[in-house]
Amino acid sequence: MTTVIASATDAPRSWKARILGAPSAGPFLVLIAFCVIFAFTNPRFLATHNLSIILQQTVIIGVLAIGQTLVILTAGIDLAVGAICVLGTIVAGKLVNLGYDPVLSMSFAILICTISGLAAGGLVSGLRLPPFIVTLGILGILTAALRLISEGGAFAVRDPFLSWTGNTMKLSGFVITYGVVIMFALYAVVWYFLNETKWGRHVYAIGNNPEAARLVGIPVRRHLMSVYVLAGLIYGIGAWLALGRIPNADPNAMQTANLDSITAVVIGGTSLFGGRGGLIGTLIGALIVGVLRNGLTLAGIDPLWQDLVTGILVIIAVALDQMSRRRR
Amino acid sequence: MSLHCMRISARSNFVRAGISALGLSVGLALGAGAASAQEVIVGLVTKTEVNPFFVKMRQAAEARAKEKGLKLIARAGKFDGDNEGQVAAIEDLISAGAKGILVTPNNSSGMLDIIKKAREAGVLVIALDTATDPADAVDATFATDNFEAGVQQGTYARKAMGDKKAVVAMLDGTPGGTVDTFRHDGYLKGFGIAEGDPSIAGAAITNGAQDKGQVGMENLLSKNGDINAVYTINEPAAAGAYAALKSFGKESDVMLTSIDGGCAGVRDVKDGKIAATVMQFPHKMASMGVDAVADYAASGKKPSGFVNTGSFLITDKPVDGLESKDTAWGLENCWGD
Repeated sequence: MTTVIASATDAPRSWKARILGAPSAGPFLVLIAFCVIFAFTNPRFLATHNLSIILQQTVIIGVLAIGQTLVILTAGIDLAVGAICVLGTIVAGKLVNLGYDPVLSMSFAILICTISGLAAGGLVSGLRLPPFIVTLGILGILTAALRLISEGGAFAVRDPFLSWTGNTMKLSGFVITYGVVIMFALYAVVWYFLNETKWGRHVYAIGNNPEAARLVGIPVRRHLMSVYVLAGLIYGIGAWLALGRIPNADPNAMQTANLDSITAVVIGGTSLFGGRGGLIGTLIGALIVGVLRNGLTLAGIDPLWQDLVTGILVIIAVALDQMSRRRR
Repeated sequence: MSLHCMRISARSNFVRAGISALGLSVGLALGAGAASAQEVIVGLVTKTEVNPFFVKMRQAAEARAKEKGLKLIARAGKFDGDNEGQVAAIEDLISAGAKGILVTPNNSSGMLDIIKKAREAGVLVIALDTATDPADAVDATFATDNFEAGVQQGTYARKAMGDKKAVVAMLDGTPGGTVDTFRHDGYLKGFGIAEGDPSIAGAAITNGAQDKGQVGMENLLSKNGDINAVYTINEPAAAGAYAALKSFGKESDVMLTSIDGGCAGVRDVKDGKIAATVMQFPHKMASMGVDAVADYAASGKKPSGFVNTGSFLITDKPVDGLESKDTAWGLENCWGD
């Protein structure tokens, strides 16, 4: 995005203008502002242990928001994020508890999640149904399915491989979980595909104007399909990360994951109307939500402030998007 | 060119304005609540914010903490089943330097790892309302014996019905929930029937909510008009069931009973809508929990095991051989108003 803007201007822009013009600059400043405020109110906020905790708390929504970003970039929306992820935890947990090999069980669970994405993509691109409706339907189907599979109840999942992502490692004095590393790795890999490959440029093109994308020869349907399949795969990996954080499969879990992931994407500056934004913003958006919650708790303040401030941020982010659209 | 510049400057100005507005609101909030380093912090993590049961628990904990000179930080999951939210809350409380954490776990196995971490960090962890599985994952549990409460409900219903042949409907909470299972099983034991008994006409899921209780009861009555005994997981579900029974004209022929002891529920007993309810004591759980943390901070002494905070049958139509209190007593001791 930056390069496009830069090449369109007559004179080379200063570094300041470049940074401020980057899509994720606003969210980044918000994140820094909150960190500064919380560092002043409680010295424990900046303790390495606490910063590591915030990263760990961001892992699940952070990863689910990668898939959500991809879908939103195509001007879609995914309401089945949480249900697909919970499905992954229940399938993997159930299989392992039945005595199947843990690696196979987790792989099978991720496969099932990918197939859920395939189903969503197929309905969106094949039957041209609105993504909102398709994923709403899948949300209902999966919620019922996983209550049937788990017979309504939550159960403990005790397996070293399934909970491996929750194990800790030291990174120059900073204790983090493997889940955190996997989250950053996923961001890096998907960022590369989105920003450095033809596939990624086509995602943006379809989000901007699907009809124009079709006319310049982009296989729009196949492309949409690939986005939903990739998102499903990422939700499956999210299930593994969720089991690492909480070794427990609960059909009632993650009811707010859909809205939480959309919140991270929107606060991160990605346009709900598709075609604009990106993953760095989403990561920052997810971190803002995590920092807010943690910081307010450390200061002993009612957590409802978190929802209030998050709500304001969402509206500001969408307002910014609208304003910049009108001015273009 | 000019268009892009305009866009950038508009954007950054807007961002700046937004940040300062937010900074101001958060700053105001922080000014009121910033913690000093010397205070003993006690954390309370409930299932949700909105349930009056947990609201009462929180108010009681706040009052007791103030009395004892401790700082209470209360947090909650966003919905029943929000294990992630509760784990994050406990993590944040450990970071905040809490001396003790009182938690009502969403499910009995979801919190085990983080509770272990908290205890390893020297934090006293007490489960309120819902036990963990295994129970000794926490230092102690202060809770209603929910199985016993279910038994009281079932025993009353059976005795009050005399020799009448029973056709039972079960209005359950959330399937698989620990508390729900205990109460459900307790009721059947008290009623003297086993799961799958032919006298059970059917069951419905209410999530402990009035609207779902009403829908569930309507459907069960459509299925079997002979239903004459209704188990309910809590009083909101019972209120929903009563509305359904009334619309079917059956409100006086059915033995409707419940558990909770909320003031609205006790009034329903007084008005004859519910025959009897079993009162539990969230404020007792909370204040006992805060006391335990205060003790631990002062002397290093930890409580242990399951502490039954008790439950009382509330009814104005007592039956022989079953201890109960009337609604006058119930209204003095209820919670939620």
